[in-house]
Amino acid sequence: MTRASNGEPLVRMEGIVKRFPGVLANDHVDFELLPGEIHALLGENGAGKTTLMNILYGIYQPDEGQIFVKGRRVRIRSPRDAIRLGIGMVHQHFLLVDKHTVAENLAMGYAKSFLNPLREVKARIRDFTERYGIQVDPDAYIWQLSVGEQQKVEIVKALYAGADILILDEPTSVLTPQEARDLFNVLRRMREDGKGIVFITHKLSEVFEVADRVTVMRRGKVVGTLRVEEATKEALARMMVGRDVVFELERTPGRPGEPVLEVRDLTVLGDRGREAVRGVSFEVREGEIFGIAGVAGNGQRELVQAIVGLRRVKSGSVRVTGVDATNRSPREIAELGVGHIPEERLKFGIVPDMSVAENSVLKSYYRPPYRKGLLLDYGEIRRTAESLINEYEIAVPSPDTRARLLSGGNMQKLIVGREIRRDPKLIVASNPTFGLDVGATEYIRKLLLRKRDERKAILLVSGDLDEVIQLSDRIAVMFEGRFVGIVRPEEVTREEIGLMMSGSEVLP
Amino acid sequence: MIEAKLVENILWIGLRSATPLLLAALGEIYAERSGILNLGVEGMMAVGALSSFATALVTGNPWLGVLIGMLSGGLLAMIHGAISIGLKGNQVVSGLALTMFGLGLSSVLGRVYVGNQLPVEARFLPKPVEPLSSIPVLGRVLFDQDPLFYISLLLALVMWFLLYRTKYGIIIRSTGENPAAVDAMGISVNRVRYLSTLIGGVLAGLAGAYLSVAYNPAWIENMTAGRGWIALALVIFSLWDPIRALLGSYLFGVVEASGYTLQAYGYSQWLLNGLPYLLTIIILTLGATESMRRRMGAPAALGRPYEREER
Ligand SMILES: Nc1ncnc2c1ncn2[C@@H]1O[C@H](COP(=O)(O)OP(=O)(O)O)[C@@H](O)[C@H]1O
Ligand SMILES: [Mg+2]
Repeated sequence: MTRASNGEPLVRMEGIVKRFPGVLANDHVDFELLPGEIHALLGENGAGKTTLMNILYGIYQPDEGQIFVKGRRVRIRSPRDAIRLGIGMVHQHFLLVDKHTVAENLAMGYAKSFLNPLREVKARIRDFTERYGIQVDPDAYIWQLSVGEQQKVEIVKALYAGADILILDEPTSVLTPQEARDLFNVLRRMREDGKGIVFITHKLSEVFEVADRVTVMRRGKVVGTLRVEEATKEALARMMVGRDVVFELERTPGRPGEPVLEVRDLTVLGDRGREAVRGVSFEVREGEIFGIAGVAGNGQRELVQAIVGLRRVKSGSVRVTGVDATNRSPREIAELGVGHIPEERLKFGIVPDMSVAENSVLKSYYRPPYRKGLLLDYGEIRRTAESLINEYEIAVPSPDTRARLLSGGNMQKLIVGREIRRDPKLIVASNPTFGLDVGATEYIRKLLLRKRDERKAILLVSGDLDEVIQLSDRIAVMFEGRFVGIVRPEEVTREEIGLMMSGSEVLP
Repeated sequence: MIEAKLVENILWIGLRSATPLLLAALGEIYAERSGILNLGVEGMMAVGALSSFATALVTGNPWLGVLIGMLSGGLLAMIHGAISIGLKGNQVVSGLALTMFGLGLSSVLGRVYVGNQLPVEARFLPKPVEPLSSIPVLGRVLFDQDPLFYISLLLALVMWFLLYRTKYGIIIRSTGENPAAVDAMGISVNRVRYLSTLIGGVLAGLAGAYLSVAYNPAWIENMTAGRGWIALALVIFSLWDPIRALLGSYLFGVVEASGYTLQAYGYSQWLLNGLPYLLTIIILTLGATESMRRRMGAPAALGRPYEREER
């Protein structure tokens, strides 16, 4: 599987330091990439992987350190410099213009002719299709493409510029397992061509599947670089987390009771006015975790928003504990006993510039004991915050700290604590562990399981298939706004769910 | 035959009064397509009108007047550029300030010119293009106009072509949609935005020059009379498309001219006179809401500063 790779490194980074306000994102990092290798950059969220590669791509400037590309000392001031040096990067969040076609996205940077730039671009896109087996339609609009297809466009973009150094930032996080396998094949063909590939990931299994070497990062530092055949899963996990990791969660069989959430024929429009959710029906019972799996962008977001009152329902109904909640306001729905752990917590979960204390009563400040006449009782609000901080082990200097300054894990604990404190009957959780480190992830997952055992109904939407399989009693797989099927995790394999995520109905 | 004459008149005046609207809207379309909202159009127009009037009056050369008008519009736009691109300031505030500044400046400095007329040789005059101008009705409307009219028409076509058919146009449109994507391609977002903002200012200055050197070659207080705001509304009305801006501005111009002309025939046409302004208020109000703008296909990054190391 590996190839002997010798000769001069394509990239050598030495002693890279990068500081952000309050964080040392890269702390004297050394990194090396050889031609003809796939080099995994492994680390937990927040370890500094993206920062390091953004420095190589000229998006960030290092505070200290040196970079050599193909033996020459270079300063990379902007992506333009990086592109000239033969470096291409596929970001975790794609950098494409949605409203434009594939060809336009490429022509913007790389067309040589001023007039009729699209024709030349289309011809070259076809080249890549043949050479690396990357299928993309040059005339398709980006917004029409699935995330997997958009990723291919990003790869073509990098190749088009003549990159022989390709950086992929967590490329599989948006793919179905089958799409991931296709991607790995493309990468292998590029390796045959002598290109060097940096593959950023936090999933151990992927390291063993494609990489030749792996560099592990933790808290801004490199812990070590190994050849993959010398590494074991346990050793890498220990390097990554800094302690032994338990891979399994304890889960007792569920005993579902009465339905708490009933959704019937729900149709919801997306931002562009197209139907994002198309006639979905299901129910979530007390004492049950109902998981929704699927590649991001298949209507999960709109479904959740409709349930919690953040988006209008076009047709169909939502009932909570038997009461009609269709198109009620978010506050009314919350009062029916719904707690919501939203995705994008910095945007929807907290008010970043208000204090931790204020954030801890965002959903109940308008009621006693926090409201006293026209005023707020800040003493009571602080007491609530303090009890949340203790109970949920939130690391924060004081309740008066601005919420923006919390780390992702602590922010999420604050949100989860706030929602659970209101004693909801239904908890709607969207990607609750996205971007959290292993410790916080474990904490949140265990908490959800505990709440299930306390007879709460839980709707879990997650792009992390392993999370859904691990936690859920039943799993619905969503594709293009519909449920492809509802299955029990013990009755299907991970691969079967993966297939369903791409729309095929595999009925067990 | 009175009727045909009346229609001809309305159309002829309509296209003339549409020309400054078109010029300013074309420029603003480029600025907004790159993501920069410049509400200073009215102010840039006013200063452009004054500086070109003064130049034409002193030198007797209308072309020199136009040149100075364009330069001063461009200069003012660069103030807006420095604040909103360089300093990443609030574009609405900066644009409004620019309008107030421009209107104030032109009114104070223009005081000495109030009542002055440009001598005939310092004006742009309509000149019939024989034999096309003898086509009934449309002949006079389209082929008995001044040079700036033809330039504006041509400009709309050229600017449409640049925007939709060339690499440069793709870059401008992409910058207004997703500047991070443009940056990642190795293209300087700031350079694109400065240039587009400059184009916007130069054309607003040209629009002002048209008012004072061709349309109404005498200096009066409040020369622009809200036309900058009408142009801004036209940008939305045209859905950021130069050709549609051409059609839209002619529509607005003709509506305005019918009020104006019918008055001379003894009708009281306060409604028609006010109609362009009413439409402007409605369109700008609609365009002020985020969700409406998105539905109409406004540039997604319109009004938002771009910073590389920000998340
Ligand atoms: N633009 C930025 N501004 C402030 N802090 C940042 C920025 N980018 C990254 N960080 C911080 O730097 C650390 C490393 O982040 P990152 O490189 O994204 O980690 P990884 O990619 O390994 O998950 C994190 O603590 C993150 O919060
Ligand atoms: Mg990252």
